[in-house]
Amino acid sequence: MNESLRLIYNGRAVACSDIPCCDQDRFLQTILDMTGRGWRVSSYCGFPADEATTLYCLLASPGDGVLGIMQTVCNGTEFPSLAVQCPQLQLFEREIAEQCGIRFVGHPWFKPVRFVRSAVSGRDAWDRPDGQPLQVGVMEYYRVEGEEIHEVAVGPVHAGVIEPGHFRFQCHGEQVFHLEISLGYQHRGIEQLLANGPHPQTLRQMEAIAGDTSIGHGLAYCMVLESLSKTRPPAAAHAVRGIALELERLANHSGDLGAIAGDVGYLPTSSFCGRIRGDFLNMSAFICGSRFGRGLLKPGGTVFGLDQAQREELQKRLATARLELTSAIELLWSTPSVMSRLEGTGVVSPETASELGLVGPAARACGLKRDVRSDYPFGIYRMAQVPIITAHHGDVCSRSTVRWQECQKSLDFCVEQLRQLPSGAHAADLGTLQPDQLVVALTEGWRGEICHLAITGPDGRFKQYKVCDPSFHNWQGLAMALRNEQISDFPLCNKSFNLSYCGFDL
Amino acid sequence: MLRALKERLSIQGHRTMAYPDGPVSLPERFRGYPTLQKDILCHLDGESCAAACPFGALSCSESGLALDLAKCLFCADCPAEACVGFSNDHRLAVSSRADLLVQSNAEHTLARPLPPDLRRLFGRSLKFREVSAGGCNACEADSNVLSTIGWDMGRFGIQFVASPRHADGLWVTGPVSENMREALLKTWEAIPAPKIVVACGACAIAGGPFSGSPRISLGLDTLLPVDLYIPGCPPHPATILDGLLRLQGRLA
Repeated sequence: MNESLRLIYNGRAVACSDIPCCDQDRFLQTILDMTGRGWRVSSYCGFPADEATTLYCLLASPGDGVLGIMQTVCNGTEFPSLAVQCPQLQLFEREIAEQCGIRFVGHPWFKPVRFVRSAVSGRDAWDRPDGQPLQVGVMEYYRVEGEEIHEVAVGPVHAGVIEPGHFRFQCHGEQVFHLEISLGYQHRGIEQLLANGPHPQTLRQMEAIAGDTSIGHGLAYCMVLESLSKTRPPAAAHAVRGIALELERLANHSGDLGAIAGDVGYLPTSSFCGRIRGDFLNMSAFICGSRFGRGLLKPGGTVFGLDQAQREELQKRLATARLELTSAIELLWSTPSVMSRLEGTGVVSPETASELGLVGPAARACGLKRDVRSDYPFGIYRMAQVPIITAHHGDVCSRSTVRWQECQKSLDFCVEQLRQLPSGAHAADLGTLQPDQLVVALTEGWRGEICHLAITGPDGRFKQYKVCDPSFHNWQGLAMALRNEQISDFPLCNKSFNLSYCGFDL
Repeated sequence: MLRALKERLSIQGHRTMAYPDGPVSLPERFRGYPTLQKDILCHLDGESCAAACPFGALSCSESGLALDLAKCLFCADCPAEACVGFSNDHRLAVSSRADLLVQSNAEHTLARPLPPDLRRLFGRSLKFREVSAGGCNACEADSNVLSTIGWDMGRFGIQFVASPRHADGLWVTGPVSENMREALLKTWEAIPAPKIVVACGACAIAGGPFSGSPRISLGLDTLLPVDLYIPGCPPHPATILDGLLRLQGRLA
C-alpha cells in the first residue's frame, strides 16, 4: 500500500491532522501509481487560502471497500497537469484552475468549466482581468478542419423541456467526428453557499443540487453530518432511506426507458413508461408528500416513518407497477426495429470507460463492476445487498438493459425492505459537529457515484465542502459515445446517459 | 404490433385523468395551501416565530402572521409548525406577486383569467417555450409530465413547443442564474407579441433554496413582467395545471 495515502471508509470521519501532506512530486506520482493499479479518482479539488492552495485527491480502490486521501500544497499559480497520462483528471484540473486560479501546465484541453471567477481575486488561470465581465460559453472549441467538414452548434436553450447546455458537433455529412459539450449555464453557486455551514437552508439546497436526485444528494449530506457528529440513525431510518433511494432510481430509469423508446419512434412504450414513472414518483409522495422526496430526509434519520397500513399500500402499488413496467419494457425487447436501433449505437469501450472514470449504469453497461452500494456500502446496504448488474457492449442497448435489470432489483429490494421494516423510531437527535475533521460520504444515486467531501474548522463548521455529481465523471463518456455515430443518434445516446446539467454546474 | 395492442387493452388501459371535471388525487402527506393560526399560539414571541423560517417566508405584525408563498418551500418539518400547517389544497397559482402573501385573516386568492383580448387569443390554444434557467430539473420534470398521457395537457390546447417563434408565452423554471440571463432574455425577445410569462416554482419566483446566492437573480419579475406565479418546490403538476386552466378561464 502506498504510504502517501490515508485509508478511510465511506461515511467515517477522520482527523484532518491524519491526512498525509505530500510534496508535489509524490502527490502526482501517487495518483499515477494508484490509477495504474486500477484505482479511480473519486474527487480532486482545491481550496485556496491566501497565497497557497491545498489540493486534495480522493482515490477509490477497485476491490476492498477503502478510499485513499492525500493532500498537497500548491504555492503559486502553476501546477503540473496529469490529464494526458490520466484522462479522468482532465475536468477536475480545469475545475481547480477555474476556482483557484491555478494554471495546469501541459493540460491538452485547458479551458473554463462553469464560467465563474476564481475564489482568489486577481488570480485567473487564463489571465482575464478582474473587471472584465465573464462571457459564458466563450472559449476555444475543439475544431476539425477540411473540405465538407461542418459544425453544428446547439444550445444553450434546447428544443425540449430540458436544462441548458451548449453542444458542438464536428461533422462530415451525418457522421460525427467529435462532440464538445460546454456547460455552466445552471451554475447557482451552491458550494459557496455551504461556507461556514451547515445552515438551516443547507439541506434544501442539497436536495436541489439535482432535482431528480434529491434523495441521493440529500442522503450524502445527511451522512456527512451524522459522521461528523457521531450520530447513529435508527434502523428504521436506514430502511426508509433505502426505499426512497430505490424509488428514485425506479422513477428515473423507467422514465428514461420510455424516452429512449420515444426517440426511436416506438410510441407504446414511450407513453406507458411516461405514466409509470409518475406512479413511482407518486409512491415517493405517498411516503413524504413530495414526488421528488423533498422533506423526507433529515440529519439523524427521516422526517416520516411508515406504519403497517402504509407499508401494505406501498407493496400493493409496487406489485402493480412491476406488472405494468414489465409489460411496457418487454415490448421493446420483442420489437426487432427497436432493437436494431439500440444495438451497436453509441458504443463506449471498456477501456475508454475506465480511462475516463465513468460511474453508474454508464460504467456498468461497459462491463465495469462499480456500484457504491456494494463497493462502499452505506446505511441499509450494509445489511441488504443489491446485486450489481453489468452488460458488455457499452452501447445504448446495454445501457437500457442495465437500467431495466436494475429496476427489477430495486423492486425486489423495496418489497423486501417493506416486508421487514424495523419498528421503532425513525430519527435520532443530531450531536454537535466535531472540529478539524474530514469526512467523505458516497452514495449510489441513480446516475452513479455521488461524492460529498467535507472538512470542518476549529469551530466544527464547514471549512470546505466539495460535491461531485456522477454527471461530472460521465459527460465526457457521452461525448465519446457520439464519435463516428450519426448526428441523428444524439438524442438516443443522450437519453441513455441522461446526465444532469445542474448537478454538474452546481 | 398485435402484442402492443394486446398490452394496451389488457394491462395498460386508458389512463387520462378526469381532472378538471373530477377530483385530482393527491397523497395524504401532500403539502398544499398553508393554514395559519389566527392568533399566534406558539410559545415563541411574534418576532422569533417569523425568524424561524430560514428562507424568510414568515412575517409577523399586529394584524397577525403572514406567509409569503414566493419564499415558502413547503418544508415537511416547517420550523414554525406551531403556527403554520399545510392543507391538501393544491390551488396555489396566482396572477400577481402581492397575491402570494397568505394572511391568517384573508381569503384564499386564486389566479385570474387573462384579460379578454388575450383570452380570445390564448383561451383555446396556448403554446409555451420553456427555459430552464438554473432549475434543478424538478420543476422541469413536473412541467413535462403534464404532456404525458395521464395529464394530457394537450386536451386544453396547451403545449410546450421547440421554438420561441412558435410560442405564445415564456415558461421559466429556475432562479435565473447569472449565466442563463442573456439566453433567457433573448428567448423572450424571440417570442412574438402579445406574449405572456409564467414563473414556475419557488426558484423562478424568488430564488427558492438558493435565494441570497450572488449567482442568481432576485426573482423573474425583476427582469420580465410575470403573468402567472406557480409556487412550490417543485409545484405539483395539479398546481401547475390549475394555474393554467384559470389563466385560460376554464376554471371558475
